Amino acid sequence: MNILKQAKTVGIIAILAVLAGCAGQVNESAQGPSKVESDAERAAREARQAEFLAKQEAAKADQQAANLAAKTAEQLRNNAMAADTLFFFGFDKSDLSQDALDDLDAHAKYLAADRSAKVRLEGHADERGSRAYNLALGERRSNAVARYLVIQGVNRSQIESMSYGEERPLSLSRDENGWSRNRRVELIYQ
Amino acid sequence: MMKKILPFVIAFLVAMPVRAELVIEITRGVENPFKIAVVPFRVKSAGAFDADLARLIESNLERSGQFVRVRRETMLSLPGPDDQIFYRDWRAIDSEYTVVGSLERGNQGLIVRFGLYDVYGEKLVFPMERIPGEIDSLRDIGHYISDRIYEALTGLKGIFSTRLLYVSAERRSEKDQTFKLILSDADGGRPQTIFQSSEPILSPAWSPDGSRVAYMSFRGKRAGIYVQTLATGEIQKVSDFPGLNSAPSFSPDGRKLVLTLSRDGNPELYVANLRTGQLDRMTNHFAIDTEASWSPDGRSILFTSSRGGKPQLYMMNVSDKTVKRVTFDGDYNSNGAFTPDGESIVFVHRTNDRFHIARMNLKTREIRILTETDLDESPSVAPNGTMLIYATSSEGRGLLGLVSMDGRVRVRLPSASESVREPAWSPFFN
Repeated sequence: MNILKQAKTVGIIAILAVLAGCAGQVNESAQGPSKVESDAERAAREARQAEFLAKQEAAKADQQAANLAAKTAEQLRNNAMAADTLFFFGFDKSDLSQDALDDLDAHAKYLAADRSAKVRLEGHADERGSRAYNLALGERRSNAVARYLVIQGVNRSQIESMSYGEERPLSLSRDENGWSRNRRVELIYQ
Repeated sequence: MMKKILPFVIAFLVAMPVRAELVIEITRGVENPFKIAVVPFRVKSAGAFDADLARLIESNLERSGQFVRVRRETMLSLPGPDDQIFYRDWRAIDSEYTVVGSLERGNQGLIVRFGLYDVYGEKLVFPMERIPGEIDSLRDIGHYISDRIYEALTGLKGIFSTRLLYVSAERRSEKDQTFKLILSDADGGRPQTIFQSSEPILSPAWSPDGSRVAYMSFRGKRAGIYVQTLATGEIQKVSDFPGLNSAPSFSPDGRKLVLTLSRDGNPELYVANLRTGQLDRMTNHFAIDTEASWSPDGRSILFTSSRGGKPQLYMMNVSDKTVKRVTFDGDYNSNGAFTPDGESIVFVHRTNDRFHIARMNLKTREIRILTETDLDESPSVAPNGTMLIYATSSEGRGLLGLVSMDGRVRVRLPSASESVREPAWSPFFN
């Protein structure tokens, strides 16, 4: 975000500088005797020139900003792709662990920079307790991740959040090792 | 208070030969079960029948826990309905009741005759009966006869002609599974798939007249509640809002469903009118509210809520939407259902880190733990209120168990191969 803003500011300053330069030149030529030009004609010509130059500079600045943004987005994308996509929870809990936050930040930065990127969050629960309750618990977990991403600047429309409850376990071990693997949210880029 | 059921008297242990269709293990029965001999039915016409009616009947009765069979090999004679019965032959092998029967092909199907003798009273319990039927309705006739015998001897309506719904799951990997909604006889026989999906199927529920079933399934990645008419296979979408659409339960008049939706951001209970589609929001709390179940009188809705920090059962008065907490014992009570008389509830109860099925009398608040396995869930009470079916697991596979309402009779219903869960016992069909 900041980088984009800076790029824009640079562009605007460039345009103003060019405009100032033009104004100077026009004044000089107007002093010459050889050409007779009405005030109105001169003003119109000057305006056309200024407009042309300003457009050219603006396009250049936009291109620079876009290049910078693309470079940044690629970097953010790489960071996001390297980050973990599995986030784990305690029994009957839906609060995010400190561990999860660093990885989620990487996803959030990328998603905020590239509005065309979309993720699906699948919430899961372990097999203990009843299935419909676990379905709701899985949703709470995926919503907790979704909420965090939104707070970090991601659009809600970039996120699809759903729950599988206990129906799609990762691990079939019936002990805390297995259960702790199954209490999770999977972040999947679409 | 939950220790009251101990110590048990282990009345009998019956080891049954393994059969392809169904395996019954009675781990603990009642103290004085009826001892009943079911004589192999005499076949009075040419050609064999593919079901052994006598086996079907004795298995049915034994599964109730209130009967124990007299083994066929010990019988001294094998009379048919037209033969004279020698009561001393039956007293000699300690049979209190003896069932005789015959089947023959008629012009338009088959005719089954059967009778029930009271060995010590030396009389027929009711006059010999004659049932006309179709060849492919042999199991229905067997269930009917089982009901007739059960009702005559216990005074309670039999549940052998009722049906079960459950979900089977075949897992190849985390993301590659086949889920099937299966309809079967009450003994697990004649299973048929009525809906199939690569995405989960959850919470099947019967309409009060047994003609329709509601369940949660996915279309693509979107969850929805659907009502399927069994006779036609027609499927009606009730809801597929963004977020949760889960845990449907019919109102006693069959016109409404209470279900869980999170379309307003949080799992809340709603009542959906099945004719108009109108939705009435019932709860408004930031915690999880789900697993609603309508009381038989239609006035209350039992549901699971985490509003107290942990999942507990709450009761809502449907007319004014006021809520009262019902369970206080333990830190996990969920997925409640009423018994048909409305006087008790059954639910998932965690104790010593294990999940069991428990029953609570709503008046006395006494809790009785009914099951001994772990990861027990989804209790569904039989329409005569004597037993419930629940899901449990063994060696990584889901299976279904039956338990009597006093916890004394337990029967496992392992399925053929797949993992099964989410059982729902049908109402009576007549």
